[in-house]
Amino acid sequence: MTEQRIPHIGCVAPNSEDEKRLRDIWEAEPGLKGKLGSVDHKVIGLRYIVTAFVFLILGGVEALIMRLQLARPDAGLVSPDAYNQLFSMHGVTMIFLYALPVLSGFSNYLWPLMLGTRDMAFPRLNALSYWLFLFAGLFLYAGFAFGHGANAGWFNYVPVSGPIFDPGPNIDIYALGMVLLGISTTVGAANFVVTLFRLRAPGMSLNRVPIIVWGTLTASVANLIVIPSVSLTFFLLWLDRNLGTHFFDTGAGGQALLWQHLFWVFGHPWVYVVVLPAMGIVSDALPTFCRRPLVGYAAVAMSTVATMIIGFEVWIHHMFATGLPPLVLAFFGAASLIIAIPSAITVFCWIATIWAGRPQFKVPFLFFASFVLLFVIGGVSGVMTAAVSLDWQLNETYFVVAHLHYVLLGINVFPVMGGVYYWFPKWTGHKTNEVLGRWAFGVLFTGFNLAFFPMHILGVLGMPRRIYTYAPGMGWSLLNLLVTLGAFLFALGVLIFLIDLLISARRGEPAGDNPWDAASLEWSMSSPPPAYNFRVIPIIASGHPLWEDRLNQSEQRSKLHEGFTLLEGRETLGTSPLDSEPNAILRMPGDHLAPFALGLAATVFFAALALHGWLWAGLALAACAATLIWWFWPPKAEKAPSDREAAHV
Amino acid sequence: MSEDLVLDKPLPVGNTGPRHTGLWGLWTLVLTEGSLFGYLIVSYLYLGVASGQTWPPHGPPDLLKPGISTTILLASSGVMMLVEHNLKRARIRSALGFLALTILMGAVFVAMQMHEWAHKGYGPWTHLYGSLYFTITGFHMAHVLAGLIVLATLFVWILMGRIRPDGPKPVTIGGLYWHFVDAVWIVVFSTLYLAPHLHG
Amino acid sequence: MPCASIRVIVSAKEGRRTFAAAQIAVMRHGAPLDYFSHVYGPVARSMQALGWTYTAICVGVCLVIIGLLMTAMMRRRGGGDRIVTESGPALTWVMIGSGVSTLILFGMAIYAFIALRAVAAPAKAPVTIAVTGYDWWWKADYGGVVVANELHIPTGVPVKIDLRSADVIHAFWVPQLAGKTQMIPGVTTHQWLQADRPGVYRGQCTQFCGEQHAHMAFEVVAQSPADYRAWLAAQAANAAAPSSALAQTGQHYFRSHCGGCHSVRGTEATGQHAPDLTHLMSRRELAAGLTPNTPDNLINWVEHAQDLKPGTRMPSFDLTPEQRTALKAYLTGLS
Repeated sequence: MTEQRIPHIGCVAPNSEDEKRLRDIWEAEPGLKGKLGSVDHKVIGLRYIVTAFVFLILGGVEALIMRLQLARPDAGLVSPDAYNQLFSMHGVTMIFLYALPVLSGFSNYLWPLMLGTRDMAFPRLNALSYWLFLFAGLFLYAGFAFGHGANAGWFNYVPVSGPIFDPGPNIDIYALGMVLLGISTTVGAANFVVTLFRLRAPGMSLNRVPIIVWGTLTASVANLIVIPSVSLTFFLLWLDRNLGTHFFDTGAGGQALLWQHLFWVFGHPWVYVVVLPAMGIVSDALPTFCRRPLVGYAAVAMSTVATMIIGFEVWIHHMFATGLPPLVLAFFGAASLIIAIPSAITVFCWIATIWAGRPQFKVPFLFFASFVLLFVIGGVSGVMTAAVSLDWQLNETYFVVAHLHYVLLGINVFPVMGGVYYWFPKWTGHKTNEVLGRWAFGVLFTGFNLAFFPMHILGVLGMPRRIYTYAPGMGWSLLNLLVTLGAFLFALGVLIFLIDLLISARRGEPAGDNPWDAASLEWSMSSPPPAYNFRVIPIIASGHPLWEDRLNQSEQRSKLHEGFTLLEGRETLGTSPLDSEPNAILRMPGDHLAPFALGLAATVFFAALALHGWLWAGLALAACAATLIWWFWPPKAEKAPSDREAAHV
Repeated sequence: MSEDLVLDKPLPVGNTGPRHTGLWGLWTLVLTEGSLFGYLIVSYLYLGVASGQTWPPHGPPDLLKPGISTTILLASSGVMMLVEHNLKRARIRSALGFLALTILMGAVFVAMQMHEWAHKGYGPWTHLYGSLYFTITGFHMAHVLAGLIVLATLFVWILMGRIRPDGPKPVTIGGLYWHFVDAVWIVVFSTLYLAPHLHG
Repeated sequence: MPCASIRVIVSAKEGRRTFAAAQIAVMRHGAPLDYFSHVYGPVARSMQALGWTYTAICVGVCLVIIGLLMTAMMRRRGGGDRIVTESGPALTWVMIGSGVSTLILFGMAIYAFIALRAVAAPAKAPVTIAVTGYDWWWKADYGGVVVANELHIPTGVPVKIDLRSADVIHAFWVPQLAGKTQMIPGVTTHQWLQADRPGVYRGQCTQFCGEQHAHMAFEVVAQSPADYRAWLAAQAANAAAPSSALAQTGQHYFRSHCGGCHSVRGTEATGQHAPDLTHLMSRRELAAGLTPNTPDNLINWVEHAQDLKPGTRMPSFDLTPEQRTALKAYLTGLS
C-alpha cells in the first residue's frame, strides 16, 4: 500500500529547531546548481518580472526611436526597413515578451503565498517555463541584433510575411521564436491551473481566493485553448517559407484570410490574457488603500470569467474590413459591445470600493485610481471600434494605436507599476520612497496622456498605422510632435520609477511583515518571505485572513500560526479542487538542472531549424527526449514506495 | 469548510488517486493538444471550402490499408489497458508482455503510415491538399512517436523495478496519453479518409 | 481640428484635355484624410454621424466616471483609520450603474446595426471600377481603359469598386467618401462610394504592405457625369505620338528601358508590372501620391526613385544629359 500518515498539526516557532529544519529542506543549494536549477516560485517570479522589465525597456527604446522619426514630417532618421523592424519588434516585445511574462511573474511569486502553500504544483515545469521565455526572447532578438528582426508587424499578415515578399531570415526567426515562446506560455498556464485546483490551503475555497488568482486562472485556461492556434499558424507559415507547402500560397488555393482567423482566434483572447490578471492586481491591492474589502467580490470574479468567455467570440472584430458578410460582422460587432458589460460591472465595483472606503493616497493607490480612468478611456474607444461601419474608418489608423495603448499601458503597465510599488516591500523587505514614487506617478500619468491621447485625434485625421513618415500637408505634424514629447516624458517617468526601485532595494526603510496593513495571506510572513513560505500550512476561514478580527464578519478565525507543519521532507498539502479539503501530502521536487537543460535543448532545436541544420535539429530533439527521461526518472523505491514520480514536474 | 479542522484519518503521502497532480497535468496537455488538432482540422475544412478545389484532388483515399492500420492502433489502446491492469495485480511479466505488444502495434501503425506516405504519389509541396494531408498526419505521427518513446521508457522503468505495482501512476499517465493519441487518430481518420467518401 | 475648408478652383492646365471641359472644385483643408469633420458622400456621412454620436456618448461616460472617481476620493468621511466593514448601498449602485451601462450599450449596438445596414450595399451602382493593389501603387480598370493612382468617378451616383491584389494585402480607403476594405490576393472584395460634389479626395493604403506602405496613396477625382464621360473618352484614346525628334529619341529610350514594366497604349511598350503611362500628364501626382506631377518632379523621379521612395520596384536610372532631355520631352508629351 501507499505510504500514509496523519499530518501533524501544530506550531513552528521562529528560529526553532523545526524552523531551521524547514530552511534546510527548502533553501536552494549554493552554487551554480542552485542558480540554474532553482525551482523556488519566488525566485522564478522575480526573474520573470525583472526579465520582462528589461524587455519593456528595449521595447520602449524602439518606441522612442520611432517617435523621433515621426516627430516631424519627411524625417530621415531611420530607413523604411529599419522602421518596419522597429515597429514590429516593439509590438512583439511589448505584447509577447513584456505584457504576459510580467504578469506571470506576479502570479508565480504571489500565488503560493496567497493560496497558502509552499510552492507551485509543478515547480520544475515552472523553471522550464521561465527558461523557455528567456531563451525565446533572446531568440527573437538574435535576428534583430543582426538586422533581421521581424518586419511585418506583430500580427504578421500573409502574404507580406510570406516567402515571396519577405525572403530573408526575419520572419523565420519570428515564427520559430513564437512557437518556442508558446511552449513556455502553455506549460506556465498548465501549472497555474493545476496549482489552483490542487494546492490551496485548507479553507481557501474558491470564493475566498484573491481576484488576481481568478484573473490568472481564467487567462491560463484561455492560453491552453488558444496558444495552439497561434503556434500552429506560425508553424504553417514556417513550412510555407521553408518546405514549399501552400497553406497561405494564394496562387495555389491557399488563403490569406486563414492567417487572420488563426491569428485573431488567439489574438483577441490574448488581449484579455494580458489584462485580466492586471485587473486582478487592482482588485486585490486597491481595497488595502481603501481600508475595506472589495465591493462586489463575486461580481468581479464572475466578470473576469465572463469577459474571457465572450472574449472567445470577438476575434472577427479585427477583420471587419476583410469583406466578410454584413450579418457575420453584425454578430461579432454585437459580441464586442456586450463584452463591455462585465468590464462596466468591474469598474463600478472599483469606484464603489473607493467611495465606500477611506482612501489613503499612497503611491500604489495613485496608480490604481488613475488606472480606473485609463481603463474606461481604453474601453470606450474599444466600443467605438466595435461599431462595424465606424470601424471601417477607425481600423488601422492611429485611433486604434491610441486605443490599444490605453488598453495595454492603462490596464497592464499602470497596474503593474502600482503592483510593483505595492509588493516591493514584500519582495525586498524595503519600503520604496514615497516622494520619488509620487514624482514617478505624476510624470508617467502626464507623459502617458500626452503621448497617447492625441493619437485618437491623429486617427480621426486619417493617419494610418505603420507608416515610417508622412508628408507635411497631411495636418498631422503638430500632434505628432506632441506625441513624441509625451513619449519622452513617459520614458522619464519610467526612469524615475526604476531609480526609485534601485535606491529603495538597498537603502529603503525596513518594511516589516505587513507595511500596508493589508488583509491577504502573503502579508502574514516576513519580508522577504522565507524559502518555505509558511512555517505551517494555515487553515483559512475567510477571504481576509489578516482583517478578520476587525471585520468580524463571523465567529470563525483563520489559523495562521497553528497548522500543518509537514516537517518530514519537502512537502506541502494537497487539497480537493473545490472546497480545498486536505487529501494528500505532496512531496515536492527540489532543485534540478533538467528544466534548464530542456530549455536549452529546445532552443538549440529551434535555432537549428532556423539555420536549416537538420542534423543539429535531430540531435537537439534527441537531447530533449533524453532530458525529459532524466527529468522524470523515478527514484529508487527503498523506504517509501509511492508513485510520487509524476510529482517531479 | 470550517477552521475547526479535525483530521483523524491518515493522508496518503505522495500522489495518488484520481486527483494525482500528474493526471491533472496530463489533462491540461490533452486540452491544449486537442485544441491544436482542432485548429488543424478546421484549417483543413476551411481551405477545402475556400480554395474551391476538387477535394481531395485525386478522389477519396483508399480505405483498406489505412483501415487496417487504424484498427491496429485502436486495438493497441485496449492492450495498453491490460498493462495497467496486470501491473496493479503485480503480474509484472504480463504487464511487460502487453506493454511490448502495445509498442509493437504502435510501430506497425508507424510503418504502415510511412508506407502509405511513400506511395501517395504526391508530397506536402505538390498542392494545397498535400500540404494539409502531410501536415495533419505528420503532426499525428509525431505524437505517436513521442508516445512510443514514453511507452519504451515505461517498459525500461518497469523492468528496472522503478515502477512497482503499488505505484502504477506513471503507467496510468503514459497510457492516458496513448489513448489520447489514438482518439485524435479517430478524428483525423474520419476527416481525411472517411468524410471524402460520404459525398463521393 | 483644422477644418476650415478652402474652396479652390483649379483651372485645367493647358494640354490636359481631360480637364479642359470642366473646372473642378478641389476640396482642400488641413487634413486631406480627415473623416470626422469633412465628408463628401453618403457612406462617409453615415459613418461620421455614427462617429460623433459614439464620441459624444463616450466622452459623456468618461466625464461621469471622472466625476464619480473624484467624488469617491474626495468626499468627506469620519471615523479615523478603522477598517470599513459596511458597504451600505454600494452594491446597489454598482448594479444600477451596470444596468444603465447595459442599456446604453444595447442602444449603441442597435444604432451600429442600423448604420451598418445603411452602408453595407449600394442600391444600384451604374459604374463599376476594378481596382488592383500593387506594391506600392494602384491600378484602376474601367472595362479595358486602365489608369493608375488616380480614379475618376461621376458625382451623385454610387460607384462600385471591385478590389483585388496582385501581391500582398492592401486596403482601399478614401475616408472622406467611405470606409476601408482590404484587398486580398486570391479574393475579390467589394465596396462602394459616392461623392456628392466634384472634388479631389485623397485615398491611402491602410494595411501594412511592406517597405513603402507609407507612400501608397491615390486620389479620387469626382466630376460631373458629363465631365466624367469626357475624361473616360480621353483616357480610352491611344497615346499621343511624339511631337518632336527629341521626343522620338525619348520614346526609343523608353521602349528599351521602361517598356518591360510600363505600358503606353498604341506603342510597343506593353509592360504590365507598373503603372500605365498612356496619359501620364493627365494625372495630378506621381508615384502613388508622392509628389505633384510636374515635368521636373517627373524626371527627378526617374533618376532618383530609390532615394525618393526607397525599396520601390522602380529603379533609379542613370541618365546622360541628352537622355534626360529626350525622355522628359517624350514623357511630358503623354498628355
